[in-house]
Amino acid sequence: MEFKDYYEIMGVARDASPDEIKRAYRRLARKYHPDVSKEKDAEARFKEVGEAYEVLRDPEKRAAYDQLGRRPQGEDFQPPPNWNFEFEGEDRGGGHSDFFEQLFGGLGGLRGRAGRGGFRSRGFDTHAQVDVTLEEAFHGATRTLSLQRVELDKDGKPRPRVQQLQVKIPAGVVDGQQIRVPAQGEAGAGGGPGDLFLQLRLLPHRWFRVEGRDVWLDLPITPWEAALGETVRVPTLAGRVDLKIPKGSQTDRQLRLKERGLPGSPPGDQFVVLKVVVPAADSAAREALYKQMAAAMAMNPRAAMEG
Amino acid sequence: MTEPIRVDLLDETVEFSLEDLCRICGVHERLVVDIVEEGVIEPRGAVGAWRFTGVAVTRVQRVLRLQEEFEVNLAGAALALELLEEIERLRRGGR
Repeated sequence: MEFKDYYEIMGVARDASPDEIKRAYRRLARKYHPDVSKEKDAEARFKEVGEAYEVLRDPEKRAAYDQLGRRPQGEDFQPPPNWNFEFEGEDRGGGHSDFFEQLFGGLGGLRGRAGRGGFRSRGFDTHAQVDVTLEEAFHGATRTLSLQRVELDKDGKPRPRVQQLQVKIPAGVVDGQQIRVPAQGEAGAGGGPGDLFLQLRLLPHRWFRVEGRDVWLDLPITPWEAALGETVRVPTLAGRVDLKIPKGSQTDRQLRLKERGLPGSPPGDQFVVLKVVVPAADSAAREALYKQMAAAMAMNPRAAMEG
Repeated sequence: MTEPIRVDLLDETVEFSLEDLCRICGVHERLVVDIVEEGVIEPRGAVGAWRFTGVAVTRVQRVLRLQEEFEVNLAGAALALELLEEIERLRRGGR
């Protein structure tokens, strides 16, 4: 078991006042709270910070923790043989480290939760984030999750256990959407286990941008495809399709491929944004061609800005 | 390893009653009414026969987490939620 330096995690001195600890927690919560953070490891950091705060904000737990003395973060650690900490009061929920569980009993999800409104006796809901690619969002996917469980053994002692759970992610999920897995949260003191909620995060795609169920694609085209019109092959989530570029198109023209976005009711559309790419004048012959065009097709695209 | 487990996709096609929503979110009805009055979620149907979509579950949970963990009132949490959603939309390149 690894030692956790809660002071280091919160970035406070060992003699920090309760106010300083609270301020540090507030600052870190704004930085790492999964609801507000864009940091990659926000969820893990927020759990760590929450655990540190849970200990340091509580004078009893803090005093008990301080008795252990100072050790390097991550050092192999076993609680002293006579360690016996009975704590009372609120419990902020599961997801504690082994270190915390060993020190503070950490019955976590096994105790009931008064909950908002005070009528809840079932176990905690568990929340986890699941990253999905756009292809997976389109086709659906199956994920195997490893869940940390705490169970009572035959002597009534809590024991951690890892449970594997296969979850089917339906086709047509969108960013930020949740999947509820009933009764797969933590065990309750009565009234059954809580639910497991999986928040889906759509990973960025090389070409496609996603807005709700609509998919946007920037499509590079040549000046002659734009000017003369042409049928070109365009990637969609379901494979390539033929798209007719209308004659006389300009950059930023938007074309809609109806119902080629993410599935749903109604399904999303794919929008194609044309981007005219100009060939380089990198030879004498090409330069001559551009000059010929300048002479034969004189135009002033900035006419509206002048005068 | 067994067959994939049954899941509920919390999107706008599923509908929950007020009782369902309270049970899933672990909150009291009174709190849901407050959240509706704050304009965070919009029920369908008449008072007494409210229906909520799966998206409401996520918004209720998020607004309550913000409220609890940042010690702000419901109006403040609702504002934070809307600004966060706006940022997420913009970051995805939305328009």
